[in-house]
Amino acid sequence: MAEALIKFVDVSFSYSSDSEHGLEALTGINLEIDDGEFVAVLGHNGSGKSTLAKHINALLVPTSGTVFVAGIDTQDADRLWEIRQNVGMVFQNPDNQLVATTVEEDVAFGPENIGIPTPEIHRRVDEALKVVGMSEFRLHSPHQLSGGQKQRVAIAGMIAMRPRCIVLDEPTAMLDPVGRREVMQTVIKLNREEKITIVLITHAMEEAILADRVIVMEEGRIVLTGTPREVFSQVETLTRLRLDVPEITSLANRLRQRGFDRIPNNILTIEEMVNVICQLE
Amino acid sequence: MAMMKNITIGQYIPGESIVHRLDPRTKILTTFLFIALLFLVDSFIGYGLSALLLLLMVVLSQIPVKYVLRGIRPLMFIIILTLCLHFFMTDGRVIFQIWFLKLTHEGLIRGLMMVSRLILLIIGSSLLTLTTSPILLTDGIESLLKPFKVIGVPAHELAMMMTIALRFIPTLVEETEKIMKAQMARGADFESGNIFQRAKSLIPILIPLFVSAFRRADELAIAMEARGYRGGEGRTRFRVLKFTYQDALTLVLVTTFVILVGIFF
Repeated sequence: MAEALIKFVDVSFSYSSDSEHGLEALTGINLEIDDGEFVAVLGHNGSGKSTLAKHINALLVPTSGTVFVAGIDTQDADRLWEIRQNVGMVFQNPDNQLVATTVEEDVAFGPENIGIPTPEIHRRVDEALKVVGMSEFRLHSPHQLSGGQKQRVAIAGMIAMRPRCIVLDEPTAMLDPVGRREVMQTVIKLNREEKITIVLITHAMEEAILADRVIVMEEGRIVLTGTPREVFSQVETLTRLRLDVPEITSLANRLRQRGFDRIPNNILTIEEMVNVICQLE
Repeated sequence: MAMMKNITIGQYIPGESIVHRLDPRTKILTTFLFIALLFLVDSFIGYGLSALLLLLMVVLSQIPVKYVLRGIRPLMFIIILTLCLHFFMTDGRVIFQIWFLKLTHEGLIRGLMMVSRLILLIIGSSLLTLTTSPILLTDGIESLLKPFKVIGVPAHELAMMMTIALRFIPTLVEETEKIMKAQMARGADFESGNIFQRAKSLIPILIPLFVSAFRRADELAIAMEARGYRGGEGRTRFRVLKFTYQDALTLVLVTTFVILVGIFF
């Protein structure tokens, strides 16, 4: 099998070089993410999940250990821009990542930076805006858009660079429910239709369920990993980590505790719950 | 406090006229030539001819005259002050005298000329911003400054700064409104007291605004870097300015006009 797209080997990182005081933000991370995978990284505030994200496109480089992106060591300063082109990054605050005064120009910002010829930039901007469904807003200025729309423009800005992977660092944290839905639908579409690898940093369980694989972090370490179903069935562990489980999973768990032991502990959606309950006598 | 809800930056009025379609570089250069002309001429005929040129441009731009004249209003005070200073402070043949104020023949002429110059200057430069969007203006400035890079003028950086400023003005206005409302909800009063008290009451708005602006700048810098930004080197452009024969023609005509009028009047 081909080499994993993203590979963390024994990665540790601390923000302060003074290791006495500098608490390690990441400790001994080993992780592989394959091409085309959709991975959600869950964790409490300060668990190191954002730090992990910033390692993927070399905004941060490990204090010890190595991160490989498409086979390139992120410490290789000469190939930094190749990495950034391969890995797009969407941040939490939709306002603070749009640079230009119109939507189309903002989407063009990345391709301009990597020196794509002008006619090709136009093609890519058209295409990227179509993918996120923002074509009709191309001449709008960012402040005329809703939060969800701004995030979609930010995502389009990534797509226009044709990355193999997009890392989203809590992209929905500052959005209203409508905006969240828009962004998540776009993310899923990117993964399924455009075959882009997605790393979604989040603390929303409903979003993590959509992933192929969930990674739970705590104090700079990976504490749980598996399919959403495997991870969310471990209600006690998650509660100990001060993480919620999806409401419906938690309901299933409480029903089990009350003696309905035919209800499995890994229910993730309301439909599953309905099916299970209908089969009870 | 009334805040601009639909803030438009500058005073650009979209249009399809020949003046709108000119390359921004042509318009910037023409404006500079026109300003130079205003400082070269020294007679009413000269000003009259300059005004004629400007009138032609205004007509071609299809911008309603009231928008063109609007630029004068905020500077009315300076215009009147200039007029008065020249009228009454110039020595020469006295036309008439009220108390200690002497209106002189020379003062009258000087004053009228200075004011014509001022008004033409204002209208000329606002015609540039009325017919050129801020984005194109920035592109034009960047392109015109490029040759000066060798003597260390950071052309791309200046243009980038202007773009970011344009992008964030509405965001920061929105934020100011939010902070004001938050402070008002806590009993802050921005509307009473003398000018010093009012200025002081702005501190609780300015400090949070600055703190957040710095945070934004920080996050924006990271986002830009993540999007592969590394300065102007090796960068391509989404929008490419096109210098057409119309631009060449405009520049040639205006330059000729400026030289002829500048020399003879």
